[in-house]
Amino acid sequence: MAVLIDSKTHVVVQGITGRQGSFHAKLMKQYGTKIVAGTSPGKGGREVWDIPVYDSMEEAMSKHDADASIIYVPAPSALDAGLEALRAGIRLVVIITEGMPPLDTMKLIASARRTGAHLIGPNCPGVISPALSKLGIMPAEAFSQGPVGVVCRSGTLTYEIAWSMTQASIGQSTVVGLGGDPVLGTDFVDALSLMREDQDTEAVVLVGEIGGEEEEKCAEFVGDTSFEKPIVAYVAGRTAPPERRMGHAGAIVSGGRGDYASKVSALAAAGVRVVDRPSQVAGALREAMHGRP
Amino acid sequence: MSRLFEYEGLSLFRRFGIPVPRFEVATNVDDVVTACERIGFPAFLKAQVLVGSRGRAGGVVQVSESEGARKAAERMFKGTIGGEETSKVMVCQSVKANRELYLSVTVGRSEAAPVLLASCFGGTGVEDAALRKPGVLAKEVIDPWTGLSPAQCSRISGILQLPEDARLSFASICLDLYSLMCGVDADLVEVNPLVLTPDSHLIALDSKIVLNDDALFRHPEFAETRGRHLAFGSELERLAWQKGVQLVDSGGDIGIVGNGAGLTMATMDLVKLSGGRPADFLDIGGGASAEQFERSLSVLLDYARVKLVLVNVFGGITRCDEIAEGIKRALSKRASRKKVLVRLVGTNEALGKDIISSIEGADIEYFSSADDAARRAAQLVTT
Repeated sequence: MAVLIDSKTHVVVQGITGRQGSFHAKLMKQYGTKIVAGTSPGKGGREVWDIPVYDSMEEAMSKHDADASIIYVPAPSALDAGLEALRAGIRLVVIITEGMPPLDTMKLIASARRTGAHLIGPNCPGVISPALSKLGIMPAEAFSQGPVGVVCRSGTLTYEIAWSMTQASIGQSTVVGLGGDPVLGTDFVDALSLMREDQDTEAVVLVGEIGGEEEEKCAEFVGDTSFEKPIVAYVAGRTAPPERRMGHAGAIVSGGRGDYASKVSALAAAGVRVVDRPSQVAGALREAMHGRP
Repeated sequence: MSRLFEYEGLSLFRRFGIPVPRFEVATNVDDVVTACERIGFPAFLKAQVLVGSRGRAGGVVQVSESEGARKAAERMFKGTIGGEETSKVMVCQSVKANRELYLSVTVGRSEAAPVLLASCFGGTGVEDAALRKPGVLAKEVIDPWTGLSPAQCSRISGILQLPEDARLSFASICLDLYSLMCGVDADLVEVNPLVLTPDSHLIALDSKIVLNDDALFRHPEFAETRGRHLAFGSELERLAWQKGVQLVDSGGDIGIVGNGAGLTMATMDLVKLSGGRPADFLDIGGGASAEQFERSLSVLLDYARVKLVLVNVFGGITRCDEIAEGIKRALSKRASRKKVLVRLVGTNEALGKDIISSIEGADIEYFSSADDAARRAAQLVTT
C-alpha cells in the first residue's frame, strides 16, 4: 500500500494557475493522481484542466475532501501557503518551491510538528508511489511499481537511479524526495520509519549527498532499530571541495562535518550496503533481496 | 552564503542594541592614523577581509603610537590575506578583558530550528575547545514562533558562570542577537569574542554574519553582498560569474556540466573513480533553455585549463533537444577543438540525438551511460 500517498490520496494543488503549478497539475492528473481542487489567491472560480480553482485552502476544503496538498507558489509566499494548508487540516504537505528562506521553513516545520502533519521539502522533487499516485515534478517514465522504497535528497539523481532500477525490473513502492535545502520537513529517519512499517516495501534505497548530518543520523537509526529490511545507499559528493555549496543550499561540507567519508563509514558500519556508482544500485539490491547479483 | 565584513556586522550589532567598542573604518593610510588618534592608543588595526584565520595571517595588529599605526596600515593595504586584498581597515578601541566568551545563533539543520550556542572559551580556540571538552558548549534550541525565552538566556549564563551583575546584560545581548538573526535573515550571527570587562560589562569585539541568499528578496539593502565570496574565488569562478554562470572550481581538467545538484556531483565522482580530475561543478538546474546551456558550456570551452567537457543530463523538465541545441550553438560559434562528451537521456532524447548528430565539424562523442562517458573522459585526458 506504499507510504505517504496511494490511489486514495485526494490532493489540492496550491499555486495551480502559475506556470509550474499548471504544467505539473496536468502531468499529475494524467498520471492518475486524484486532484480535487487547486488554489490561487484572486483567481477563484476558474478551472485549470477541469480542476476547480479557489482563492484559499479554506474555501477549497469547504467544498472538497482532501488529505494532501502540493505547493508550487513562489518562495516569498510559500510559508503562507503551507500554514493555510495546515490550518485547513491537510495531513501531507509537499513543498516543491525552491529558495524558501530557512526562517520561513523553520516556522512551517514548527507548525507542522504541532498538528502532526507530514511536511516534505522544500526544494524537493516530491513523492511518487508508482502506478498509484504522484505528487511532484518527476518524469513518470523513470518509475515502475515494485517492492523497493527510495529516499533521496536530490531530484535528477533520483530519476537516474529509479530509471536504472526500472530497467533492471526492480520497481518502487514509494519514492520520497526529501529536498536539497539545509532545513527540511522530512529527513531520512522520518522516511525510513514509514518504510519500516510498510508491508509493500521489502528493501530501501537511500540516495544521500554531502552536507549536514542526516545520513549519519540515519545510520544511527538503522543500527538502533536493527532495521530488518536490506538497505542500499549511494552518496554523492566525494569530490566536492570543502566549504563550497554544491548547487543545493544544503550540500556543503562545513567545518569538516558532513563529508563523504563520514557518511559512508557511518552507513557501512550500520550494515547498509554502500555502492560507489548510481549504476550499481540495482545489482546491490538484487543481491540484498535475492542473494544474487 | 553572503558574508558581511566585520565592520558591517558591528554596525548591525550596534543597531540591534549589542554593545560594541569604538571603531572607525578607513580606506587609506592617513585616515587609519587619524582614526587611531581620535580613538586613542593602544588601538587595533583589523584588515576587513572575508577569508578565515585573519589573525594568524597578520590581519590584526595592535599599535601603540602614530608611526607604528602608519607602518602597520601600509603593510595591510599593500599585502594580501589568504589571497584577498585589503581595501578597508577597521580601527578599533582596545578593550580590557577578564574573560572571552563565544556566542552565536545559527540555523540548526538537524534541529530544524534556530540554535543558540555559547561557550566560556571564546577567541580563536573555540572550536578546538568545543571538540575537546563536551559540555563547555551550551546549546539552546529556539522555537521560531515564540523566539528565545529569558529562561533560556539565564540557563546559558548559569552554564557560563557569569557574575550576577553581568547576567541581565548577557540575556539582553542574547535576545538582541536573535532579533538580529531574524531581522536580516542570517544563516549565522556570531560574536567571538564577547568579552567581559573588569567592571562586568559585556562587549562584542568581533562579528561574523552570514546572510541567507534565498532571503535577499526581502532585504534589498544587502543586494550588493551577492557574489562577494568571489573576492577569493578562482579565476574560472570569476569569469563564469561575469557571464551569469555559477560554478564551483574543483581544479582538474575535465569540465563537468549536469542538471541537478546530485547528478552533477555524481558525474564528478564518476570521473574521479575512473582516474580523471573534474574541473568544476556546474549545475544548470531544471528546465534550462538552449541559450542558458550555451552560456554555461561556453565558459568551460573557453577556459584553457579545461581539456574537454562532459555533459550529463537526465531530462525531466529539462528537455534534451534544448540541451543539444545549446551544445550546437556553443560549438558553432567558436573554433574550439575541445572534445565534448555528451550523455543525454530522458525527455525528447531522440530529438536531442538528432540535433547532436547534425552538428558538423565538431568533436562530439555520444553516450547513453554515465559510467561509460566518465571512463572515456578520463581515458582521453590521461592519454
